[in-house]
Amino acid sequence: MSIMVRIPTPLRRVTNGQDKVQVNGDSVGAIIGDLDSQFPGLKERLCDEQGELRNFVNIYVNGEDVRFLDGINSATAEGDEISIVPAVAGG
Amino acid sequence: MSYVTCLRCRGCGREYPVEPLNACDFCFGPLEVEYDYDSITRAVSRERIAEGPPTMWRYQDFLPVDADMALDMGTGFTPLIRAENLGRKLGLENLYIKNDSVNPTFSFKDRVVSVASAKALEFEFDTLACASTGNLMGSVAAHGAKASMNTLVLYPANLEKGKILGAAIYGATLVAVDGTYDQVNRLCSELADNHRWAFVNVNMRPFYAEGSKTLGYEVAEQLGWLAPDHCVVPGASGALFTKIHKGLKDLVQTGLIDSADTKMHIAQAEGCSPIAQAFNDGSKEVRPVIPDTLAKSLAIGNPADGPYALRTIAESDGSAVIAMEDEIVEGIQLLAQTEGIFTETAGGVVISGLRRLVNQGVIKPDEVTVAYITGNGLKTQEVVESVVNPVHISPSYDAFEEAMAGR
Repeated sequence: MSIMVRIPTPLRRVTNGQDKVQVNGDSVGAIIGDLDSQFPGLKERLCDEQGELRNFVNIYVNGEDVRFLDGINSATAEGDEISIVPAVAGG
Repeated sequence: MSYVTCLRCRGCGREYPVEPLNACDFCFGPLEVEYDYDSITRAVSRERIAEGPPTMWRYQDFLPVDADMALDMGTGFTPLIRAENLGRKLGLENLYIKNDSVNPTFSFKDRVVSVASAKALEFEFDTLACASTGNLMGSVAAHGAKASMNTLVLYPANLEKGKILGAAIYGATLVAVDGTYDQVNRLCSELADNHRWAFVNVNMRPFYAEGSKTLGYEVAEQLGWLAPDHCVVPGASGALFTKIHKGLKDLVQTGLIDSADTKMHIAQAEGCSPIAQAFNDGSKEVRPVIPDTLAKSLAIGNPADGPYALRTIAESDGSAVIAMEDEIVEGIQLLAQTEGIFTETAGGVVISGLRRLVNQGVIKPDEVTVAYITGNGLKTQEVVESVVNPVHISPSYDAFEEAMAGR
């Protein structure tokens, strides 16, 4: 278990209150899969029926917005930090 | 009392209690304040508003704050100026400037912070915080001082000096972040999850955003209870733009005006125009960009209300316009030299955008048009320093005459 994911408040009910979760996976999609196996129902919060990230979900790999990388296929590696952040702040 | 009923997700419609929340637990969509419009309609009248204070709080019936909690520093009811000189230059007969650069901290942000800080007191927070492109942090710092709250402001380290000073003077804790506004904003979302602080534009955002509706109400009242034909509004997150339109629609819904067929135009700078690009591409999705613009107050590459701004454009038959980077200072100078109003870079974007809309025939000469000037030029002096070219003389009569000969 080598990649740390920060869990935002709206998802902590699904993660039993945990604000950080350790996961495995070589891509953002694989990480979401692992999160969902640890906390069933989590994937549905993040992805739509087509498996794409929902409109209001931002995911960052080491601070970089995955939309500037390769979206849900963005590569991840041991030691990375992933943040999930609702896209409804600012301005 | 306020007429708020609940918070509701704009994405999936789920209902939430009136608490410091900004995102839907289920779909992550933005939460918005809902009101009992029947009760508002019974309560409001043009007379009741006219008897209210000469500030934005004359529209308290439309705001999510109880009357005795309002933090009124004198914000709002700013001048709506008939801009005959600028109108003549541009070919417009009915042009108005809504000069919101004369608020207590010199930008429209006092409207949103006035609501958010009152709400923060109501929720018994002791710290007021924000992610800022500059204007917001000055307003948060001032309102925090007035409310005897701690203030914490985070901002991109490369901001204009005037904006940083304009927050520091009120005693705010400043945190300069080596990154873009979008990175600062992400950090603040994460901080708000783990600290009990009132981040005005994160966990207080549903209430905060409502303050911008008053820019719609005021303009209609100042035009003699009429909605304009066009509004030209600067675009960063897109929230101001959508809320001005909501304000005009509120007035129709509550019977204060008969109709509002206002076309809403959002102005962005070339170096950060994700909403305008989506409009030009006919897309419903806003692709984030990495900002590189002189207009730092508009440098939001990942605009939270981008999709809703596109919807407002579509609903109002409006448009989006991009001011080129080299037109920003031109716009600032044009407004200053025709109307005597010194605005910051966002205002330069609005004036240059307005000029483009007229030249493209989108705005017709006789149509009633309001350009929103939302910030003060003294805060972004760096961008216009080149206008300072004095005649330098010794203190003698002859020296003056000699230096001025031929001018």
